[in-house]
Amino acid sequence: MDIFVDYIWVFLIGGLVCMFGEVLIITTNITSARILVTFEMIGLVLEAIGVYDYISDFAKAGVNVPIIGFGASLAKGAIGAVETHGFLGIFTGGLTATAGGIAAAIGFAFLFALIFKSHTKK
Amino acid sequence: MAETIKLKKQPKIIGSYSIVGPKEGKGNFGEYFDYVMKNDFFGEKTFEKAERKMLENAITGVIQNAKLQTKDIDIMIAGDLLNQIISSSYAARVFNFPFLGVYGACSTMAESIGVASILVDGGYSKNVVCCTGSHFSTAERQYRFPLELGNQRPPTSQWTVTGAGSCVISLEGEGPRITMVTFGKVVDWGINDVNNMGGAMAPAARETMLNHFRNTKTGPDDYDLILTGDLGKLGSEILIDLMEDEGITLGSNYGDCGQMYFKRSQQTLCGASGAGCCATVFNSFIIKKLQEKKYKRILFMPTGALLSTTSTQQGDTIPCTCHAIVIEA
Amino acid sequence: MEDKKRNEAYNQYVSAKIPKTHAWPALFNSFWVGGLICVIGQGINDLLLLAFPMLSQQSAWALTLIALIFIASFLTGIGVYDQIGKFAGGGSIVPITGFSNSIASPSIEFKSEGIVYGICVKMFTIAGPVIVFGVASSMVVGLIYWIISLF
Repeated sequence: MDIFVDYIWVFLIGGLVCMFGEVLIITTNITSARILVTFEMIGLVLEAIGVYDYISDFAKAGVNVPIIGFGASLAKGAIGAVETHGFLGIFTGGLTATAGGIAAAIGFAFLFALIFKSHTKK
Repeated sequence: MAETIKLKKQPKIIGSYSIVGPKEGKGNFGEYFDYVMKNDFFGEKTFEKAERKMLENAITGVIQNAKLQTKDIDIMIAGDLLNQIISSSYAARVFNFPFLGVYGACSTMAESIGVASILVDGGYSKNVVCCTGSHFSTAERQYRFPLELGNQRPPTSQWTVTGAGSCVISLEGEGPRITMVTFGKVVDWGINDVNNMGGAMAPAARETMLNHFRNTKTGPDDYDLILTGDLGKLGSEILIDLMEDEGITLGSNYGDCGQMYFKRSQQTLCGASGAGCCATVFNSFIIKKLQEKKYKRILFMPTGALLSTTSTQQGDTIPCTCHAIVIEA
Repeated sequence: MEDKKRNEAYNQYVSAKIPKTHAWPALFNSFWVGGLICVIGQGINDLLLLAFPMLSQQSAWALTLIALIFIASFLTGIGVYDQIGKFAGGGSIVPITGFSNSIASPSIEFKSEGIVYGICVKMFTIAGPVIVFGVASSMVVGLIYWIISLF
């Protein structure tokens, strides 16, 4: 039963986050690149001021799956690396923490670009 | 002062041809087009090559339609939307006659017919081919976003027509006559939203229409049909308002190709756009109705937005133009 | 001067005339699609932890995101993701799948210009800012923490 309630929360919070993106689209006609950057920065700031973990403990995939989570791991990586490696961590932290996502996005995009062709919109 | 050219010998449109994509074939003018492609690739590897082939077919088709041979053509005047008008130039490569490239964005059809009829009227050329076209997928990736990107189209956006239209202008033969040409000024009223072409182009249409009416001492009632190119739903409403401010009422004899092109169920928001939009309507529906004498006198005035992606990114507003031609049955 | 006034007046007139999106259906669609994508992510995460109990929480999330990115790239390749996007808007842009789509779509689109100048060069035409802003800001965050840690 607990798990069911968890999923409801994930659905509600994730949905609301995405709906906020749609609100931005409707009110400002913003392009998708700007939306992605905006949400990424929200996550980064939340992590940097140390509140992201509390939100993510509760909301789980509701904030981890939106690109907010990507921004948060950039900040988390940078902070963690500075703690362990000192000055070098400033440069290595962010990308190390998000390496999986970026590599996957590049790798799969390359793979599927080789396989598929673009389709005309209906 | 923008002058209206009154053609003394009144060149005729002796042949016309239109070719469109599958979506356009299902639109309101579907039954009038000469050829509907089965898919947007048209048997080619890329969309650009497909657009080129579309233009080639339109040129071959119109020469046949005019019952001429390639050697009878003196010159071809053509243009399209791609950078350096490659579709037209590359299409011209396969034919053995001189080529004059013109660029008027979506107004290219009227621009090329205007130039062609002056050449013919002056006696410098005998048979001139005018051709233009556009392709949704090539325009989309040049001006906007990749096709597979999951974004939403703003409510003012229009759908670039996949299609090409062509006609042959000559003094000999039968067909509707071109009697007047008014070339347009470049007008910019400060719209910089690339998703709102109708709003940007409406002032250009207003300027040319006012000039034309003033020079020829005619009004909207003197024409059976006043047809703009691709102002779309929003743009044509704006034009009606702008003309009303000038004391000219555009009534039921006013229409816009872009607004009428697609059915509502085809979800194109503000309608169709692109050089192929008015070119395919003009070279199918309009010419046929003129041949049947359903319409006697038409004012055809497509508009064009003369922007590039670079000017947009640098925050420039959109300069637009509009050329008008009068065709009589 | 007069031109400027006319242009301002015209711009105002046009923006008043622009048809408005029907906001409620669009918001509702973005809500449930976005929520659903997050639920799928949570599902993948829970299954991973169930199948491999020794995975750390962090690795499980990384694998979850990789799985979602794979699915989104694939859907982009077969031409489905843009249709989801047309329907859901923000619902499919904001999740990590939207990031994946913004990298995969130009790659596929510009394949016709070759592997190097097409796919590789154009890959980041849309998602470039996400990585640039992200990495630059993470360096700023790191720098601030480093300065704080000095005292």
